[in-house]
Amino acid sequence: MTGNLPFVVCMVFVALGLWTLLAKRNLIKLVIGLTLIENGVNLFLVALGYVQGGAVPIYTYAPPGVRMVLPTPQALTLTSIVIGLATTALALAFVVVIWRHRGTLDARKVRELRG
Amino acid sequence: MNLAPHASILAIAVPLLGGFALPLWAKLHRRLGELWLFLVGAFTAAMVVLLAVQVFTGGIQVYTLGASSPGETLAPGGFPIRIMLVVDGMGAFTALISVLVALVSFLYAWRFLTEDHGKTLALTLGLLLWAGMLGMVLTGDLFNFFVFFEVTSIAACGLIGYRTWEARGVEAAFKTMVMYTVGGLLVLLAIAVLYGEHGALNLAYLSSRIQGSLPDRIALGLLLGGLLMKVGAVPAHMWAPDAYGEAPAQAVILLVANTQASLYGLLRILFTLFGGITDPVVGWLVTGLGTVTLVVAALMAVIQTDLGRLVAYGAVSQIGYMLLGVGVGFTVIRARPEYGLVAMQGGIFHMLNDAAAIGLLFLCVGAVERAAGARDLRGLGGLSHDLKWTAGFFLLGALALAGIPPLNGFASKFMIYESSFRLSPILTALATLASILLLAVFIRAFQGAFLGPRGKPSEPEPFGMVLAMGVLALAVLALGLAPDFFVRHLVAPAAEALWQGRDLYLAAVLGG
Repeated sequence: MTGNLPFVVCMVFVALGLWTLLAKRNLIKLVIGLTLIENGVNLFLVALGYVQGGAVPIYTYAPPGVRMVLPTPQALTLTSIVIGLATTALALAFVVVIWRHRGTLDARKVRELRG
Repeated sequence: MNLAPHASILAIAVPLLGGFALPLWAKLHRRLGELWLFLVGAFTAAMVVLLAVQVFTGGIQVYTLGASSPGETLAPGGFPIRIMLVVDGMGAFTALISVLVALVSFLYAWRFLTEDHGKTLALTLGLLLWAGMLGMVLTGDLFNFFVFFEVTSIAACGLIGYRTWEARGVEAAFKTMVMYTVGGLLVLLAIAVLYGEHGALNLAYLSSRIQGSLPDRIALGLLLGGLLMKVGAVPAHMWAPDAYGEAPAQAVILLVANTQASLYGLLRILFTLFGGITDPVVGWLVTGLGTVTLVVAALMAVIQTDLGRLVAYGAVSQIGYMLLGVGVGFTVIRARPEYGLVAMQGGIFHMLNDAAAIGLLFLCVGAVERAAGARDLRGLGGLSHDLKWTAGFFLLGALALAGIPPLNGFASKFMIYESSFRLSPILTALATLASILLLAVFIRAFQGAFLGPRGKPSEPEPFGMVLAMGVLALAVLALGLAPDFFVRHLVAPAAEALWQGRDLYLAAVLGG
């Protein structure tokens, strides 16, 4: 009987990620902030599909009469994890290039584009 | 084999697979890669045009994947569980914009880019971005919308930052990546909330279930936030001038089309998904953000000294006009349909006009950069002696964008002014002021870059680039000289599909 606690934890993740994006200046930490939000959303999706006492959603394996957890959110989460991998990898690649050019990861120092 | 019933899925699949195959062909021979790009581009364009003809003559087109026939939308049990593509007038209109822009972009890139500057890879990313845009526009369920949203995000950031030998493009790409990813995750969170509430992802089914409960409203807020970040409205506009200013010209116009596709998503969510609940607050929010965007961006354009960033702020300001038109339409359309519809048509028409006019300007900026090697207005001058075509096109695009009759910007802006005046004269005053500012800014830019004594002689623009700019210039002229024709045959069906087409949209998917 956890009630809404899992959803609250997920939102804490998202809030932490947003705070990281707004407060931190290190580019790597910004990417970490992005992954925090992403993990919060993914956990939210999985928690959403959970059915109390539900079985693994494989039709042929589940014992008859037992409710299964929802399979769609898990499929969504899997897709979202793959997309998250691509965005994180691309963002980190940009960070590497920026570091090579500027020799720093401080967002305040690398921003040549202002105004 | 008859391809016509499968036009909508082919329009997404062909550029997606063609994009990944392009580097392989180009590896065999450079010419083969160009031929492949031509074939993929032409085939996709043909499919989208075919689809648009089907939609404009025969109504909404539904395509269900994994069913025994494309029209079988409901799984046994009467529940729309399969992935499906649903195309109505608005979807077809936005898809046509993306086709125009993508073809012009590839034509321009043919002579603008060189192989040692990553031509093939840039074109691959361009095709993927195009596929993502078409997917966003044609899809009929929310989760695929998110997936294609992320496809466009990744391809767009790749296009902004692929020039790794310069730091500026990569910095802009990183900034854009952060904004796009946060926007995408907000959209995903909203989808999760809606799924938890209603247990479905199909847009039409969700739309029939949404009653305006608290989770529905939270989802609406998250979707609006995420999409406005991607569209580049103030206060989430920081990425847009950087991205538009630093990406190479052939990529920028694809980014502009991508903005239009995201705007399509915003409209689809406001009018179809949440069409059952009306909330004037949302309309006022969009109107207000649009007005702030167009004024702030026009003011920021005044102080720019870099030609690329100056035009980029012009582009952000145009997004404000579209939001203003649509926001006014959304606010008043139920109370006063006669001018609410004009506002909507103005906003939607401006999407097409903006793609043509601002696209033309960005291509001119690319030509200037290629010829002079710099974009700083303080160092440029006299380019009209060598770049005769570019100078003419720049002037045409600038006048069109500032809304000088008889060019296309005037036609749609006039519709927006006319209808927003009825809501509040202040909106019209601000919008007109921003237009005047933009005119002044662009005239100054034209004078700074093109007029004056001849500097160091530069090589004229190649034929492929002139042709690409010429296509957009023709579009600017045609849209400006015969606006009624385009409004009647393209824009009015699109606005109609959003406003009154919701029931048809639901009926097409869920059955009578």
